[in-house]
Amino acid sequence: MTDCAVAHMNERDKRGRYLSDMTANDGFVTFDRVQKSYDGENLVVKDLNLSIGKGEFLTMLGPSGSGKTTCLMMLAGFESATHGEIKLDGVSINNIPPHKRGIGMVFQNYALFPHMTVAENLAFPLEVRKMGKDEREAKVKRALDMVQMGAFGGRRPAQLSGGQQQRIALARALVFDAELVLMDEPLGALDKQLREHMQFEIKHLHEQLGITVVYVTHDQGEALTMSDRVAVFNDGRIQQLAPPEDLYERPENSFVAQFIGENNTLGGRIEKIEGDVAEVRLHSGELISAFPVNVTQPGEETTISIRPERVEIDHTRLPADAHLIDAEVLEWIYMGDIFRTRLRVAGNDQFVIKSRNSGDQRKLKPGEKIKIGWAPMDARALDAS
Amino acid sequence: MSSTDMDTGPVLAADGTPLKKSLARALRRQKMRALMLIAPLLLFILITFLIPIGQMLLRSVDNEIVSATIPRTVQALEDWEFVEGGAPPGEAVFEQLYEDMLIATEQKIHTRLGSRLNYEMSGMSSLFRKTNERRLGRFDLEEPLAPQFADIDEDWLDPEVWFTIQSNSDTVTAGYFLAAVDLQRTPDGIESVPDFSAIYVKLFVRTIILSVTITFTCLILGYPIAWLLSNLPAKSANLLLILVLLPFWTSLLVRTSAWKVLLQQQGVINDILVWIGLVADDNRLALINNATGTVIAMTHILLPFMILPLYSVMKTIPPSYVRAAKSLGATDWTAFWRVYFPQSVPGIGAGAILVFILAIGYYITPELVGGTDGTFISNRIYYHISSSLNWGLAAALATILLALVMVLYWIYDRMVGIDNVKLG
Ligand SMILES: Nc1ncnc2c1ncn2[C@@H]1O[C@H](COP(=O)(O)OP(=O)(O)O)[C@@H](O)[C@H]1O
Ligand SMILES: [Mg+2]
Repeated sequence: MTDCAVAHMNERDKRGRYLSDMTANDGFVTFDRVQKSYDGENLVVKDLNLSIGKGEFLTMLGPSGSGKTTCLMMLAGFESATHGEIKLDGVSINNIPPHKRGIGMVFQNYALFPHMTVAENLAFPLEVRKMGKDEREAKVKRALDMVQMGAFGGRRPAQLSGGQQQRIALARALVFDAELVLMDEPLGALDKQLREHMQFEIKHLHEQLGITVVYVTHDQGEALTMSDRVAVFNDGRIQQLAPPEDLYERPENSFVAQFIGENNTLGGRIEKIEGDVAEVRLHSGELISAFPVNVTQPGEETTISIRPERVEIDHTRLPADAHLIDAEVLEWIYMGDIFRTRLRVAGNDQFVIKSRNSGDQRKLKPGEKIKIGWAPMDARALDAS
Repeated sequence: MSSTDMDTGPVLAADGTPLKKSLARALRRQKMRALMLIAPLLLFILITFLIPIGQMLLRSVDNEIVSATIPRTVQALEDWEFVEGGAPPGEAVFEQLYEDMLIATEQKIHTRLGSRLNYEMSGMSSLFRKTNERRLGRFDLEEPLAPQFADIDEDWLDPEVWFTIQSNSDTVTAGYFLAAVDLQRTPDGIESVPDFSAIYVKLFVRTIILSVTITFTCLILGYPIAWLLSNLPAKSANLLLILVLLPFWTSLLVRTSAWKVLLQQQGVINDILVWIGLVADDNRLALINNATGTVIAMTHILLPFMILPLYSVMKTIPPSYVRAAKSLGATDWTAFWRVYFPQSVPGIGAGAILVFILAIGYYITPELVGGTDGTFISNRIYYHISSSLNWGLAAALATILLALVMVLYWIYDRMVGIDNVKLG
């Protein structure tokens, strides 16, 4: 795969299904064939092509070490691209030093200057821009009010809680009216509840101010709730670039399917492909039909990916062409709103299904033999890796 | 809210004792244990460091020798009063002096008293040396004693001699301290010593000025190195750190001698400067045996003490601060000056204090490369301890030096705040 992003967009055009106006490609920020190597031996970022629209909230999601921070640092100007071009608003910024890029940045550890008060921290970008005192104070006040921290201007960062520091870092990145704001795992140090709260606040600020945000996280939940589009990184490449619902519903390769949400996999080999239907011979011998995503050739190894909530025990809910398959119950867990059942299916004993607690289901016992099924469209035939 | 919360009396522990008291009891055992752990070191420091130094410093005021060697004379001299050009004390005093000197000469301690009083007035040493057992033995006790003392030395009739003895008859004296700041006690009160013998104040001032200079050059040379060290990858940083510490592995004398070779008028540095034409051959720079030599050699020797604290503080400054500053629009210089530098101040404080305190007490290097105008007050202290054996004056000088350091430390605390100092 040389050019994931473009390949993906073509595919979507072909199907004509998932176009959203968010992806309208006016290219406020573009990465053009960008590569990065730190040591001259390994490419940390391999051929990155990415176009971010004005006002978009784009998240770079991926496991640790996949090159997200490196991409962000190249955009901010703290690392230079080994190859390729980065453009901001149509202008190449490869040779513009960081302080002239006018990009706001929120660091993971906030990087609030400990020897300055909160207000001084916020005034800093305005001072270096030689702004007058009155205007400065007005802006600082506005920015503090924006993050509901108006009363804390006189405090030192060390006197604030983690969540409050986070807000100040946010305010500081916004106070000089940057149009583009980068955030590198800004919520990573907060506890779960605060993190979820801040996710919404950041999202609201983004909508309210109309800024463009490039957000880095390794937390898929965060990526899905906040973003207009998500770029899933692995091994220095974008594996898929799509709006959250596409990412979850229609993963384009097995890495994305595994990385986003829970996922059942069954190994097999393609027998034949006809349009939107692929016949797959599972390793256990059954023949099932699935939706071919990135498989093309009969005889190719494939991984079938099925979301747990798309598997039905109740056959009446299944469409007529659904495929039924034998399963043995291994574990049944009551989780309140749902039941989670672990099964052995076609030799895979980590096969999980989730069923809604609708009041009429019965408790399944370990060892029980049942038949389960799914719609062929929900079984996605992906690459075998 | 439960009723116990409303209770205003002292909070009680489970067994009914006040909580404060049982907490104190619990903590006391912890404290005792901690004390036991440090006891050996404490004892060691006490015996080998605090007590000797305390005793040494006490010598700066100790003056027991006069009243111990000639106790009767001192007592008899109490009623006598010095008048410019007036009379020496009466016969009674000389009788007591004879008694005292008989004992003192027998014990052979009279010369020590002479040396002691010689610090206050020259000529006293020979006066007491001349007044020996043999001469005293020839005295005719039927005759008045004063003229017989005068036969030994005319000075015995000099009222100034007697003034010196009288004014030093207390068991404590301020004389050493006065001498240490170029003052002396005269019959007319306290006066400065004549210009040609006034050296100590000048030396103190020079010591401080040179130490401050050395501290500054160390800072200017050390700061970029420490910065580089803290920004290099760990492997190269360790290598460089070893190079920084390399000077510690060679003897101080070897290094100082190396500087002599490099810096002398026909030395390597002058040769190079002449060769590239920066200085004329007949106008070679005097880089050694003066203050310049001291500053150069001491800077070299003390540089690691500046670099190490700086390095350990800089290593804890996350690079994201400077990055944040730049992303907010600061130029490299502004980011450094407004964000990085203030956070490295604790390291500067620690390094500067360390270097300054080490510099102010250094004597080997100034002795070897300092010539006459590059020596420190410690060279003088060393001289009085080992050559002139005027330990009282050495102790007074050392005490003043200690006080000076304390005062500077206090000023520093006032200006920078001592809790702003971080060694790591
Ligand atoms: N300054 C650097 N020097 C050398 N290698 C680096 C540097 N920064 C990151 N890397 C390497 O680049 C890869 C990607 O790192 P990074 O961009 O930080 O990933 P992520 O942010 O996705 O966790 C990692 O293997 C990391 O070890
Ligand atoms: Mg990262």
